[in-house]
Amino acid sequence: MKRFFVLLAAVTLLHGAAVAQQKKPVAKKPAGKPATAMPAARLAAGKTVYTQNCLTCHMADGGGVEGMNPPLSKTTWVLGDKTRLVGVVLNGLQDQDIDGEPYRNVMPAQNQLTDQQIADVLTYVRNSFGNKASAVTPAEVKAARAANKK
Amino acid sequence: MNRTLPRYLLLSAAVAGSLSLLALRPSAPAAVVADPNNAGLKLPAGFGALVVAETGGRARHLVVTPKGILYVKLNRPDKSGRGILKLTPNVGGKVTVAGGFGNYGGTGISLKDGYLYASSDEDVYRYKLDGNGEVTNPTAPEKIVTGLINRRQHESKSIVLDNAGNLYVNIGAYSNSCQEQDRQKGSMGQPNCPILEQAGGIWQFRADKPNQGYAEGTRYATGLRNVVGLDWNSQANQLFVMQHGRDQLHDIFPELYDTKQSAELPAECLYALTKGANAGWPYVYYDGQQRKLMQAPEYGGDGKKEATGNYLQPAAAYPAHTAPNALLFYTGTMFPEKYRHGAFIAFHGSWNRAPEPQKGYYVVFQPFKDGKPSGNWEVFADNFAGTPEKAAAGRPDHKPCGLAQGPDGSLYVSDDSKGTIYRIVYTQKKS
Repeated sequence: MKRFFVLLAAVTLLHGAAVAQQKKPVAKKPAGKPATAMPAARLAAGKTVYTQNCLTCHMADGGGVEGMNPPLSKTTWVLGDKTRLVGVVLNGLQDQDIDGEPYRNVMPAQNQLTDQQIADVLTYVRNSFGNKASAVTPAEVKAARAANKK
Repeated sequence: MNRTLPRYLLLSAAVAGSLSLLALRPSAPAAVVADPNNAGLKLPAGFGALVVAETGGRARHLVVTPKGILYVKLNRPDKSGRGILKLTPNVGGKVTVAGGFGNYGGTGISLKDGYLYASSDEDVYRYKLDGNGEVTNPTAPEKIVTGLINRRQHESKSIVLDNAGNLYVNIGAYSNSCQEQDRQKGSMGQPNCPILEQAGGIWQFRADKPNQGYAEGTRYATGLRNVVGLDWNSQANQLFVMQHGRDQLHDIFPELYDTKQSAELPAECLYALTKGANAGWPYVYYDGQQRKLMQAPEYGGDGKKEATGNYLQPAAAYPAHTAPNALLFYTGTMFPEKYRHGAFIAFHGSWNRAPEPQKGYYVVFQPFKDGKPSGNWEVFADNFAGTPEKAAAGRPDHKPCGLAQGPDGSLYVSDDSKGTIYRIVYTQKKS
């Protein structure tokens, strides 16, 4: 049911975006940041990044694999502190229980992804699989990456 | 009450029934009654199945004693701190949890010469059994093997014994393909893979000597990424193992493998081992379609280059990523002749075939002749997943993990997802 609402929201946003595009055919990809939380384009871009880099282990439904790869639905790691979450993508993760459950596979670092890609995929993950949380912006990823290097 | 009463009546009827049976034929075994829908399983004609127990635990491997007691190894201890469950025969061929011991999680469990062996993810213990198959020292087992490496990935220590006083223990590689950075896109293989010194193979120990570590053991076979299912074949007098093949060829080398190839490569392989055998992980993998050993991309392979080096060829191959978690050579007489001395293999099911449909969640039969695979394998027990859709999504109801043969020749299957224990029987009269 929740998934339906997310879908509905996405469709509504997409429709809104389409209408906006019809009105302003010039501004194709709003280089000007999305003021409102979750534009459909970002979710779609995030899904593409997810499919190419995350789906094998975390699965199409974000449910992960019991005992091996953690789920992404409603975990404190996904819904909680964004800097920590960005850090997981940048550095990978291992030997870390998630909400009390052990997972044995190593998550490799994904620091080849751009700030935009990481922002997109985390925004997608935080608003899919039953999740509803604020977007992650490229600026937040950039800041986390800079802090990460220190 | 309206629930308890019929059950009570049923029980009394069953007891009365078995009493009258006993009166007629004192040695007659209790009748085994298949569930009306064969416990949801799809089986060959003439077979039936029943759920004998719902343990609620992560039931990994299991054994059945000559008197029908089940010992089930749990991957983590239950709420009462029991890592091994004891289940005793009940009516209709079912069993009831009657106790437990061993406050450690793990996978391996095996019976041999009056002892019950069980493993944690680091150690192997053994318990003395009395004439009734009851453990006599549940709180004070002998520690036979100790200090095996456990770095979470491929941590389970499956065990089996031969007929000459040796214990074989799998020590899985704590890695996918021995990359410099495990599972990292484009990361190459570590030269002369150091993991193989203490893992990625089968180690042999004495079955009766306490506190053996790596120094006392022998690396019996190497180049095996992770083995969960293994069994001793008494006809060939040889150890057979099922390897879990490497993951994620496309994720790591997208320019060499597409997602379809990645889903179908490499095959899950059965190996017939002899001392000193090397199956080639991480340097090679087996392409089940071309039936060739290929060079791994981490070690100079490109998806087309055949393996260099002298490595053991698999004895048989099965669909990729389906995770063979148990191997059992069937020696019973309950099933028809074709099954005798053949192998049952429990496939736990895949996770890394996406975006292709997931696969597995079944028990396969591999015919054998004179101690060697002979003829094509077939799916023997299917639909542990519940529906084809649940299987394809990788969200099965049950995941077959352990196999055991009962004294009457029944085949027991454990599920480590919900803890269901199945029993498969041949119900048709043999002519």
